[in-house]
Formats: sequence, C-alpha cells, structure tokens
Amino acid sequence: MVSGLLSLPQERVDQLLATYARAVARRRRQFYLVLAVLALLATVAGRYGEVDLAYLLQHFSNFTSYFGRILPTLTFTHFAADMADWYWNLSGWLKLLVDTILIAYLGTLIGTLGAFATAFLTAQNTAPNPYLLFAVKRFHEFCRTVPDIVFALLFVAAFGLGPLPGILAIGIHSLGTLGKLFTEVVENIDMKPVEGVRSTGGNFVETVRFAVVPQVLANFASYALLRFEINVRSGTVIGFVGAGGIGQDLFVAIRKFYYTDVSAILLMIIVTVVLFDLISERIRHHLARLESDR
Amino acid sequence: MTPNRTFLPSTPEVLARYPALAAAARRNQVWAAAWLIAALALTVFSFWSLGIAFGQIRSGLSQLGWLVAQMFPPSTGSHFPLLLHAMGETLAIAFLGTLIAATMAFPVSFLAARNTTPGTVIHFLARRCFDTIRGVDVLIWALVFVGVVGLGPFAGILAIAVSDAGTFGKLFSETLETTDRKPIDGVLSTGGSQLLAIRFALIPQVLPVMLSQLLYYFESNVRNATIIGIVGAGGIGLQLSEQIRTYDFDQVAFVIIMILVTVAAIDWVCGKLRFHVIGRST
Repeated sequence: MVSGLLSLPQERVDQLLATYARAVARRRRQFYLVLAVLALLATVAGRYGEVDLAYLLQHFSNFTSYFGRILPTLTFTHFAADMADWYWNLSGWLKLLVDTILIAYLGTLIGTLGAFATAFLTAQNTAPNPYLLFAVKRFHEFCRTVPDIVFALLFVAAFGLGPLPGILAIGIHSLGTLGKLFTEVVENIDMKPVEGVRSTGGNFVETVRFAVVPQVLANFASYALLRFEINVRSGTVIGFVGAGGIGQDLFVAIRKFYYTDVSAILLMIIVTVVLFDLISERIRHHLARLESDR
Repeated sequence: MTPNRTFLPSTPEVLARYPALAAAARRNQVWAAAWLIAALALTVFSFWSLGIAFGQIRSGLSQLGWLVAQMFPPSTGSHFPLLLHAMGETLAIAFLGTLIAATMAFPVSFLAARNTTPGTVIHFLARRCFDTIRGVDVLIWALVFVGVVGLGPFAGILAIAVSDAGTFGKLFSETLETTDRKPIDGVLSTGGSQLLAIRFALIPQVLPVMLSQLLYYFESNVRNATIIGIVGAGGIGLQLSEQIRTYDFDQVAFVIIMILVTVAAIDWVCGKLRFHVIGRST
C-alpha cells in the first residue's frame, strides 16, 4: 500500500528531488569553499607564525615532560615534609597573592568609579551634550583597546617597579570596559522616572541620582564584580613586567626553571581564581534575583 | 523661577505620615553607609599593605607627563616593514590559535555537555579540566610554551590554542546544553543512530552559535596576540616592549596606533561575518 504522502505524480517527485539536490549541492559547495579559504589562510598564517610541526613532534616529549617535571615528589610516608618542601615559601607567596587581590580590588575600584562618573555622559538617553558623548566614548574605547599589560609596561617606566603601575593599568583598562557596559545598562532603563524628575525641574545630577541610579545600581554592581573576577586573573600576570603581585615570582620561577615552584604558584593561582569566580558568581546570581524581584 | 513649595508638606511631615516607607529608606541608608565604610576601610588597608606612597604618585605623574610628551609625533623609527611583519605574525598567531583551540575543544565539549555526555564522571572531569585551563592566564601559557618550543610566534600559537581550548570547551558545552531535544528524538525515531542524530539534529542547531563565538574569540585573541610578545612569544608585543625598554616612546605611540587600527579593522570584519553567519541561519 502506497501511503498518501507518496502519491504525488512521478514527475513532481523528480522535480522536488532535483530542487533538493541542487540546494544540498549549493550548501556543500559553500562549505567546501569556506574550508578551502580556511586552509589557505591557515597555510599563510602557518608560514607567518613559523609553525614547525616536525619540531613540535620531535620535542613533544619536552612538553609532556615539562609538566612531569613541575610536579612535586609527594610520598605518602613523608607527606607533611614533602608538602612543606614543595611550599617552602608559602608565607611569601601568600603575601604576594594577597597583594595580587588587593591590586585587583583597587584597580576595579578605580575602573568602577571612573565608569560610574562617565557612563551617564555617554548613554544616548541621559547624555547632556553630544560632543561630550562622542569624546568620552572614544576615551572609553581607547582605554579598553590598549591591553592592560601595555599600560602596565608604560606605567612601570613612569612610576617605577611596584604595585602602583599595576593598579593604574588595571584601573584604566577596567574604566574602558566598564564604561561601555555601564553605558549599555543606562541605555536600557525605563525612561518614565527620568521624565518624572525632569518634569519637576530636576537638573542633570538630580535626574541621574533619583531616576537613573536606583534602576542601574544592581546591574552596575554585577558588572563590577565580573570585572573584579577578570582583574584577579590579570593581577596574576602584570607582575611579569614588574607591576606587582604574584606574577613576578612566577616569572622568575618559569624563566629560571625552578620547576616545583612553578606548579606550587600555579596551583595557588588556579585555586584563588576559581574561588573568586565561584564567590562572585554567587553574589551576581543574588543581584540578578534582586533585579528581577524589583 | 523657583517652584512654589508652600503647598507641599515638608519632608519630615511626609516621613511621619508613611512610617513604613521612612523605615525602609532608613534601612537602605544604613546599608549603603555600611558598604561605603567597608569599601573605604579595604581601600585604606590596600594602600597600607601595598606600601603605596603619595610621593610616588606625584613624581610618577610628572614622569608620565614627560613620557606622553615624548610620544608626539609618533614615528616608525624607519623600520615600518619590520613592524608590519610583526603585525602579520600577531594576526597569524590569533588565527591559528583560535582555529586549533576550536578544533581541540569541539569533540571534548560533547563530553562536557550534560545532554550528550556518556557519564556524570566524565562530565565532571571534562568540566574541571576546562576550569583549570581557564584559570591560567594566556600570558602564563605563553611563558611556559616559550620554555618548551623556544622564543617565537609558534609558542604564542600554542599558548592561545591551549588557553582558548578551555574557554571554547566551556562555551561549546553550554551551547550544546541549550539545544532543543525534539530534532534529536526525530532522527532517533526514524531509526537513525546516535551519531546521525548528532550530525543532523544537534550540529545544525549549534553550528551558527559556535561560529559566532569563534569569531568573537578571534577578535579577542587579536588583542591577546598583541601582548604575548612581551614574554617572547612572537608578534607586535615584542617590538612594543623593546621600544618601551629603550625609551623610544615615539615608536611606542606608533605601535599602539597600529594595534588600535588593526583591532578596529578586525572587529569590523568579524562583525560583518558574524552578522552574515547568524543572519543566514535564522
């Protein structure tokens, strides 16, 4: 028994199948074209990037043995002594780790305050002046496009070694990214309270304070926390260029092949980063709930 | 023109009329004050603990002013071809790094997605593995790979590939988890195997999203690839750190402008491509 679905005339079926085949063939052609372009680009990039697969394969054992070598020798019988040996500089590293977190905190604080002070100037719906909007927006763009480590390099040249250039570098970069995010938050607010305050004769500052800030504060806090999370991560590497934090000890350990130190510091960094991720995620979920309850 | 306020009750009167509102406002104020004091205390503690002196800030700012003044006018230092080549290296690092990262992460992400994983233990392990890789900054990976394959852009490619494999693994598996189950049931109900279900029901759902994520991370990797040269892993960062070390700030300014222009151009191209990818599939 032929089902109702197949009772089309044969020529119509052929027609439909041909259309289908053509559509599939076109998609395939497109797919292979994209693949060919990718392969071509990869070859060119490989040439530029000095990719040497033979070298990598030959020295691949280097790579695996590197991770073998950075692992400490821990034995069950002398576990405490081995741990003490592995973390021989625990107090020093902990101090640097605390430094890293404080650098991230101060950097986030600078970025948040700066972004808070400027976001109302760059949001389309609250901006008092279009030229100011344009100028501040370009400033935000500049701050977030130049990587924080480049700022750190420059500031180390100006301020000397230490945590100060790191704080400023992270702060300026955060100002750029948070400025953009805060602006978008402000652009998405409900405009009715703003009209209300304006209609009673409120000026720019009053409008922002009583109509905008109450709507955006939870989102701002959530983005600032997210940035703090990222900055803890950045804080671990700005020490590479002498801008403070645990990075400087890690740099020395990797460069001078103090293998077990590398794993000891890396483990501390990973645990810290994951811990701060979890805490800030908790708080951000809480803030999101506050936001949706409102 | 001052508003006539004589008809309005004074603030204390209003507050006395609505005690519940007044109490809530008071509670909010107390909380805000507590947060401010805590933040301020932490700030003071940070300054003290990090040993930041205000004298350092003042002298540093004047030094910074001098340094910025040195940047104008920007100059190529008569090795523009070298800088162009370094920029090419940077783009190559970002492109290959992203491509390899995505290729490595794609199959593993199926193990880490709750709806396609073969078992809870594997799901958990894959997840933690991605988290660990992501916990290490790309610059650290670059430093490690310089130790393994030596100085040069190849170390940079490997660093970005490994570091982003963690990120892609997480993103891809989350994308897989948001897919619709019905097309899969459809394929399975016609007698298709698990593999066919993935190919014809799952991948068409996730591919556009993944491609868009890929483009987004290519953009971000162009930024990353500009800095990993600072630790010797190739690209424009090497030139940049050299010039800062030798105080050639006019050339530093030129390189920064080059980076800004390149990043803007790549963002523009990727934006177009992303629109094309998402637009076509919906």
